[in-house]
Amino acid sequence: MARFRVCPDSGFYFDRSAESLMKVNAVAGVVFLLIAGLLALGVILTRWQEVHLLPADLFYQVLTAHGINALIFWVIFFEMAVLYFASSTLLRSRLAAPGWAWAGFALMIIGAVMNNVAVLQGNSSVMMTSYVPMQAAPHFYLGLILFAVGALIGCFVFLGTLVLAKDDKTYDGSIPLVTFGALTACIIAIFTIASGAIILFPTFLWSIGYINHIDAEMYRIIWWALGHSSQQINVAAHVSIWYLITGILFGARPMSEKVSRFAFLLYIFFLQLASAHHILVDPGVSSEWKIFNTSYAMYLAVLASMIHGLTVPGAMEVAQRSKGYTKGLFEWLRKAPWGNPVFSGFFFALIIFGFIGGITGVVMGTEQINLIIHNTIYVPAHFHATVAVGTTLTFMALTYLLIPVLFRRALFLPWMAKLQPYVFSLGMTIMILFLLGAGTLGVSRRHWDMDFTGAALSFEYPGTAYMMMAVGGIGGVLGVLGGAMFLIVTVGSLLFGKKLEPSAGLFQGFCGIPLADSVYNVEQPPRLERAEPIEHDHSGGFEAPGTFVLALALLVCFVVYYAINWDYLSSVWPIG
Amino acid sequence: MSSFLPPADRIWWNVPVGKQEIIWAGIALVWCLIMFFMMPYWHVYGKQNLSTEAYQTNAEKYGESVEAFVAEYQTGVEEQSGMPIVTPPAGSDIYMLGRLWQWYPILNLEKGETYRLHLGSMDWNHGFSLQPVNINLQVVPGYEMVINVTPDQAGEFTVVCNEYCGIGHHTMLGKIYVKEN
Ligand code: HEM
Ligand SMILES: [Cu+2]
Ligand SMILES: [Cu+2]
Repeated sequence: MARFRVCPDSGFYFDRSAESLMKVNAVAGVVFLLIAGLLALGVILTRWQEVHLLPADLFYQVLTAHGINALIFWVIFFEMAVLYFASSTLLRSRLAAPGWAWAGFALMIIGAVMNNVAVLQGNSSVMMTSYVPMQAAPHFYLGLILFAVGALIGCFVFLGTLVLAKDDKTYDGSIPLVTFGALTACIIAIFTIASGAIILFPTFLWSIGYINHIDAEMYRIIWWALGHSSQQINVAAHVSIWYLITGILFGARPMSEKVSRFAFLLYIFFLQLASAHHILVDPGVSSEWKIFNTSYAMYLAVLASMIHGLTVPGAMEVAQRSKGYTKGLFEWLRKAPWGNPVFSGFFFALIIFGFIGGITGVVMGTEQINLIIHNTIYVPAHFHATVAVGTTLTFMALTYLLIPVLFRRALFLPWMAKLQPYVFSLGMTIMILFLLGAGTLGVSRRHWDMDFTGAALSFEYPGTAYMMMAVGGIGGVLGVLGGAMFLIVTVGSLLFGKKLEPSAGLFQGFCGIPLADSVYNVEQPPRLERAEPIEHDHSGGFEAPGTFVLALALLVCFVVYYAINWDYLSSVWPIG
Repeated sequence: MSSFLPPADRIWWNVPVGKQEIIWAGIALVWCLIMFFMMPYWHVYGKQNLSTEAYQTNAEKYGESVEAFVAEYQTGVEEQSGMPIVTPPAGSDIYMLGRLWQWYPILNLEKGETYRLHLGSMDWNHGFSLQPVNINLQVVPGYEMVINVTPDQAGEFTVVCNEYCGIGHHTMLGKIYVKEN
């Protein structure tokens, strides 16, 4: 029986089992995003002090579930789909060990459900970080462990597929840049999951009484080797997708394969560090180690991100210019397909990730500046720019691209899809900026009541802090609305979207169910050839001057904001 | 198209790099180095650096030191909360502990003096967030952290707990009074 189908619109070849796995993983991810989004509404409406929706116990429970479902389950399920796509589909290879991949998927589902049940039962409102000695129910940890093992299996299936593709000679030359980026993500994921096992497994044993003590500081240090590095999986994954999207939409090619790949390599070498970001103000951690670790050894991973920040839009600019959009610095950008949610989603993700997420991350990760930021609401504001917009919106943009290609359905309510990235980005940006502001005024994160109702002593935040939390709340509600629009479009497309494959039956193309057998009519796709060579002409001026100006604008914001924060730090009580 | 196709040049690492990328990578590298050296620079010339002095301890031991400190220097009681107010000599070792859900005791300090502030937790992680100054420290059970602090403003300051520590987390406040001298 033939294993592959070719998508008549995109030309991608899909291996039958890889296709099903991509679909189920993507669908599972979206389901967890739905849960996370509903919970987000509870969180933000409680932090908006004038609304103060939920009671304290429910708030902490909802916040625990929001963090885990969004950051871990949504993102990692989707990443599994991305890994299978970047290996099997992009390399035109069959998937290695699909049985294992299904087993991994099953473990991930069981783990995710188990963990959610634990949180729902109410004795595990410990936040996603679950710092010891605060204890959750054993199945809280067990769920996370099973989920991680499942994800680890997925990583090995990805690696196996790369090997298989090489053996079968399904492609000529080196693996494409996008696959290289996915490989980066996968390698980081394996390191990360190993740290996770080192700390979560003993914690599980402790929760069932086999171990009677876990050092609280050691837990934090190892947990963050998991927690921080896992964010770099997301960065590597979404940067790869940026390259993919610019390639598909504009026919863009990397400005230089060498530079882009080198930047991914820097991620592998240095992103493992930076767990210190989270323990900069912990007791007894040496300054030398903090400086080395928090800066990824002299900011070499930041360097890598700054390089991608130039080469991703640069590649797009070069492609657009070659199509004749050469007027001025920015015609290539003005004439981009702003009505296509794949493009607008990608581009907003890039800008918000770089300008807000990137800059605030480096600033608050500076050893001393962390003193004025640690555990304030500034921190969630920062990572909503990186992961809730950077990663999530990129994945949303990719979903719009994949619905026709992978699921063979036309987008449902295209006008809504068109608006969605705008609404989501606008709402989230408002929320992020105002929560950054509130954090600067000292408002804490993970805090039910900024009025301190019932406290024996009293304290009042300045009125501006309340105002900022309120505007942030409005932005957050708009963000949730944007998220809901995404879900309406995706779920609607799968259920009601026009079938692009006339032979598909009622449920075919939905979830893991393959399309009609007749569609899989390719025994072995033709070998994937190398890209057309081009003349490397580096004699002239800049190939992408507009992007260079954008990059300089980023640098100026960066420098100014960095300086402002040192200045703020210098005004607080001397400590040493 | 080659972002998702195998690169045109088999030996992609030998292809020359464009001027623009080299210049940008150079600028970015310089900025990264500046940011890196800013941290050691601040250790030498800045006034806000976290000390790394810390001791392993346990709730019992740490609690005893705090009680001894309170017994020695208590000068009053805060009415609203019944919490002891402690006025230690200028420049001495001072103690505060976090527990579910209070920062204990209330400290009465003098502006411009440098104190050795000991911080510890009796149970879970807590967050020492001094407001409105906005200095934030992690207080981890099992560890006694010692920092040198020099209040340079007079007034009433509040310690908010900013690490989630259970259902009463939002009621966990403490006070530091600083008077002109
Ligand atoms: C759709 C709109 C969203 C809104 C309005 C929202 C709102 C919030 C707010 C206000 C907090 C901080 C609460 C606090 O510390 O008191 C928070 C925490 C968090 N959010 Fe979101 N969020 C959204 C989407 C997302 C997404 C898409 C992700 C990840 C992909 C995400 C991941 C997290 C995480 C990891 C936390 C930290 C939980 C913790 O402190 O343990 N959020 N969210
Ligand atoms: Cu506390
Ligand atoms: Cu607390």
